[in-house]
Amino acid sequence: MNRLPLLRKSRPRAGDAALWLCTGFATLLVVTILAVILFDVVRNGASRLTLGFLTQAPKDGMTAGGIFPAIFGTVALVLLMTIAALPAGVATAIYLHEYANPTARATRLVRIAVNNLAGVPSIVFGLFGLGFFVQFAGGSIDKLFFGGAKVYGQPALVWAALTMAVLTLPVVIVATEEALAAVSHDVRLASSALGATKFQTVTRVVLPQAVPGILTGAILAISRGAGEVAPILFTGAAYYLPTLPHGLHDQFMQLGYHVYVLATQSPDVDATRPLLYSTVLVLLVLTFALNASAIVVRSHMRRRISSHSS
Amino acid sequence: MIEIPAAIVTASKPLARTAPSRAPRLKARRPPLVERATELAIRVLAYSAVAAVILILVFIAKEAWPLLVSPAIHREVTLAKMWFAQQWPGYDAAEYVWQPVSEIPKYNIVPLVIGTVKVTAISMLVAVPLAVSAAIFVSQYARPRTREIVKPVIEFLAGIPSVVLGFFALIVMASWFQDVFGFDSRLNAVVAGVALSFAVIPVIFTVSEEALGAVPRSYVEASVALGAARWQTITKVVLPATAPGIAASIALGLGRAFGETMIVLMASGNASIVSANPADSVRTLSASIAAELAEVVFGGPHYTVLFALAVLLFLVTFGINYLGDRTIARMKRKMGVSP
Repeated sequence: MNRLPLLRKSRPRAGDAALWLCTGFATLLVVTILAVILFDVVRNGASRLTLGFLTQAPKDGMTAGGIFPAIFGTVALVLLMTIAALPAGVATAIYLHEYANPTARATRLVRIAVNNLAGVPSIVFGLFGLGFFVQFAGGSIDKLFFGGAKVYGQPALVWAALTMAVLTLPVVIVATEEALAAVSHDVRLASSALGATKFQTVTRVVLPQAVPGILTGAILAISRGAGEVAPILFTGAAYYLPTLPHGLHDQFMQLGYHVYVLATQSPDVDATRPLLYSTVLVLLVLTFALNASAIVVRSHMRRRISSHSS
Repeated sequence: MIEIPAAIVTASKPLARTAPSRAPRLKARRPPLVERATELAIRVLAYSAVAAVILILVFIAKEAWPLLVSPAIHREVTLAKMWFAQQWPGYDAAEYVWQPVSEIPKYNIVPLVIGTVKVTAISMLVAVPLAVSAAIFVSQYARPRTREIVKPVIEFLAGIPSVVLGFFALIVMASWFQDVFGFDSRLNAVVAGVALSFAVIPVIFTVSEEALGAVPRSYVEASVALGAARWQTITKVVLPATAPGIAASIALGLGRAFGETMIVLMASGNASIVSANPADSVRTLSASIAAELAEVVFGGPHYTVLFALAVLLFLVTFGINYLGDRTIARMKRKMGVSP
């Protein structure tokens, strides 16, 4: 975009060579960081990565066995999270982009909230989840329906998922809004000209075209939700559970939290290290696969749009 | 005789039936109830982000509130005791001590603030030059093919969960750093700060690169027309024009570094020491919350202080991010890009 037009073949200048070298070296270094991390994790983690590792529960004080409960918990967590975050996020984006007056104070307030929600530290989400969902919402449910017995008023899958949904809300909003902005204004006018109401235009013309972008947002949110640990520390994640969670009010194991536990709480670090590396590899493969598919969907969408407009 | 295709005959039939009977409707009809109800739902849901921010602040502040008003809490800790040095029994002089779990609990948060500042400063010292240089390279020098490699790579770096960076710092980097620099304590502010910079680099890079890409082409063309070399154009035209954007990217990175939890929890050593030495172990505000909250008495002084730390984290990151976002919006307006 910003490359300078070369009007004449200029002599190589010392200033250009120096700046090119410095900035290029920095770029190389950043790329190298990723390469080194990946190389180390793959080299140490790949050998233990078998089907049994993915399908078994941990054994012998987490020095043997697999990580199936952690994978199960992670999938359950992100599914519930998506169910909660997607409707709210998509609705916010539709409102901001299709309905709201961009200069109104209320619109600016929503935008400030979205931007700042994205910047709130993840540990603060954890405390919020504990104070609001576990104690306030869960405690109220227990008082109303269970006569004060602790059923929902303790860390649980549903509270962790809702906490994570609040955390990933800005991801969904930003991606959906980008997708809505990419839909050509002409089709909106065409739809209105045919007599469609605003609502019909949005739901039957704009939204179908924005589906890939919304999908990108959902994938990025899932990728974020699968890797975050701090928000679930106090809202539902467990070190070790002999059984899988049966319901929404059970605790669960999660991949990222499992990495944290294996890395810091293990009594025998050397014995758990191979498992630790393999768990990290699984988590990395999962998040990378999600991110890569988001990139593919998005670039596909952008290509389609640019071919439309040209 | 001319044969009329069957298709035309059939197509004209319904037209003939409906066309004359309807008067053109110029006034817009009220949309049906379902549509209006759904639109109302969208309007209400749109405030979920606003509600989330308010609820977060209200609920963490509610748990921290007794620190200001409760006499029972004040017997152990007050705001003044959290910030000023105290002379504890058995100590020779007034000192800053964070020892919430001991016979006489000590809740002075100055060691934690120093730890947070140290780790954040180290991470920014590493991340800012690397990320801004890489953004300059990618936006100004790199060929399209190089750009297509570097940008996804940095997106992947952004996608690495922070617990994985913490793991890498704890298991691998800490040993390398100790071998190279001979640190006394394996986990320290340098290890945590460098690992933290890996999380901050993508934030600064992405926002800076976007800002550099938004410089109007006319600025660049004018500079080249005046005979400036490429590096002169970059340093004298492009960078000054994007300075607010780069400053904002640094602010957003700072907000991320300040509140990041898992990396520092795993790699900093978690010892609350008051010192300026970057080779000492440190304990940060966020790591203290994560490490201690699981073992506190609900509603007790320790619990209240940890929620007060969360309020502090929230307000500081809120302020940093707000300034960053405002700077970006102002710069985009100035350069004629719709925000």
